[in-house]
Amino acid sequence: MSRTLDTTAAARAPRARRLRPSAGRQHHAGPLTYVLLGLAALVSLFPLYWNLVAASHTGERVVKAPAPLLPGPRLFDNLSFAWNQVDMGEALVNTTIVAGLVALSTVLFSTLAGFAFAKLAFRGKGALLALVVATMTIPPQLSVIPLYQIITDLGWVDQLQSVVLPSLVAAFGVFFMRQYLIEALPVELVEAARMDGAHSLRIIWHVVFPVARPAMAVLGMLVFVQAWNDFFWPFIALTPDGNPTLQVALAGLGAGNHTVDQAVVLTGALISTLPLLLVFAVLGKHIVGGITAGAVKN
Amino acid sequence: MATSVRATSGGSPPPAAHPPAPSTGSRKQWPSGRGGLRSTLYRLDLKAVPYVFLAPFFLTFAAFGLFPLIYTGWLSLHRVELGGSAQWKGLENYTSLAGSEFFWNALANTFTIGVISTVPQLLMALGLAHLLNYKLRGRGFFRVAVLAPYATSIAAATLVFAQLFNTDYGLINTALGWAGFEPVAWESSKWPAQIAISVIVTWRWTGYNALIYLAAMQAVPQDLYEAAALDGASRWRQFLSVTIPSIRPTILFTVIVSTIGATQLFGEPMLYGGSVGISGGSGNQFQTLSLLMYEKGWVTGALGQASAIAWVMLLLLLLIGGLEALVSRSNRSRSRSRDRNRAGRISTKAGS
Repeated sequence: MSRTLDTTAAARAPRARRLRPSAGRQHHAGPLTYVLLGLAALVSLFPLYWNLVAASHTGERVVKAPAPLLPGPRLFDNLSFAWNQVDMGEALVNTTIVAGLVALSTVLFSTLAGFAFAKLAFRGKGALLALVVATMTIPPQLSVIPLYQIITDLGWVDQLQSVVLPSLVAAFGVFFMRQYLIEALPVELVEAARMDGAHSLRIIWHVVFPVARPAMAVLGMLVFVQAWNDFFWPFIALTPDGNPTLQVALAGLGAGNHTVDQAVVLTGALISTLPLLLVFAVLGKHIVGGITAGAVKN
Repeated sequence: MATSVRATSGGSPPPAAHPPAPSTGSRKQWPSGRGGLRSTLYRLDLKAVPYVFLAPFFLTFAAFGLFPLIYTGWLSLHRVELGGSAQWKGLENYTSLAGSEFFWNALANTFTIGVISTVPQLLMALGLAHLLNYKLRGRGFFRVAVLAPYATSIAAATLVFAQLFNTDYGLINTALGWAGFEPVAWESSKWPAQIAISVIVTWRWTGYNALIYLAAMQAVPQDLYEAAALDGASRWRQFLSVTIPSIRPTILFTVIVSTIGATQLFGEPMLYGGSVGISGGSGNQFQTLSLLMYEKGWVTGALGQASAIAWVMLLLLLLIGGLEALVSRSNRSRSRSRDRNRAGRISTKAGS
């Protein structure tokens, strides 16, 4: 995994820079830098640590002043209660399905569209690309009312497809793959394949996908994180008692749909956060690279 | 739906379904019997395939982006309730917004929360990126640590912070107490509540923006710093005069993205307010435009009014986008002469 990912645009850019003798700015950090960065890390991590602490106490303890600072004995009781009584387990499965499908289809369709924009000639290319970029600024608020009417008419309220379908592909992904393929895929490779009589599907499968794989992996992770944490539309399309994703279930817990036991609420928050944190701990470097690659090239 | 049918037929039909070309064998460059068909298919493949590849994006956008956008505009000119029929009202939804104190309150809240979350967030991100740009031990740890909040969802982060900010038992008031301050009413008073919500937004996004800045900073050529150092510029001066101008496009990018995000703020205030979250607190003290839209559409059932709010948000974004474009253009022309000087200096240096 890490071998493949090392050749991403993100990892590649610094390497190219290193070739220039004078690139990068590398003063050694002084003690003050470490103190400030330590503080920043503390502020970043403390709420996550405290989430774990709160999830390991009883509800009464969490809401008694002063709030606990050290882990308590109730973590597994709270976990099993959240899992069984308020169905965070079902929400976890739903979220995994939604985020997985959205990531897969976004990566696939973005690669196809990104390849077309990067390496194929066709009429209206410039205008269509501008349209893709422009769609990124349209807020979701502008589409939720008609979408809600549509899914109500179709009987799709509480159905996961109402969350998956609108997210099948994203402008960001198309743009991301275009930027990557412009540099990573030599046009000669595509032309040579065509000379050999390969039709477009073969070219996609045997030339584009292998070249694009590192960027596809990064895009997949970014989209997965985004879909996992998406709130506004799922909150409207799904209900806590129907077929919720983690975020919708959490909103239900927080608003007191099931319980006002804050330890259980925060155990739910922990369940929703932990899987992504684990992914970050393992793939952190690559995610960092992916985020920066996408943004700086914009 | 009509759009989808047209766009699909505009793409390439599967080769099998294509009628055999009549000109079989007549082409000189394809002497074999099946050559004509192959070349027709080949040309069709070349011409149609780009559109086939773009179709999934544009079909999804047409169905779930463009059509709803226009339909929301149409709805905003009507009086509509969920499941009911629409009644033409012209601009009445918009004029009633202009006369509604709830709308102006939500607009003001969106603006103030947006400013007090975006400005400190981006400034701190700049500083953090600068620190991360030093040669560091444990660089990977610091980067992942500051990015960890990005992995947290709006819902999880807000629920945790709502506890930390609790007026009676929250750790933040406890800590303030140790420092000798009175407890702050982080939910019921207007400014403390807006600050608390901004803290949640800032916490989630500062590290993300810092990493974006960091990547941009690492692409700044070292020559510029050397030249500045030769001119006697201090580290701080170099940061202001070299780093910031060099990463200006990236800064503009983060400003635009954060502005868009701030305009749409919904989950944080809603969940922070708990049972009174949808109205943005008991006195609407942190109701944003998105919350007001949700309340109109899904609590009151006035979809026309909700649609009007959504369109006002789009107009706001266009306005802000236009302003930002203006600012960046004037900045660019102002810095152009400086860039030219710098480029001259570098090329002289390279030539010597």
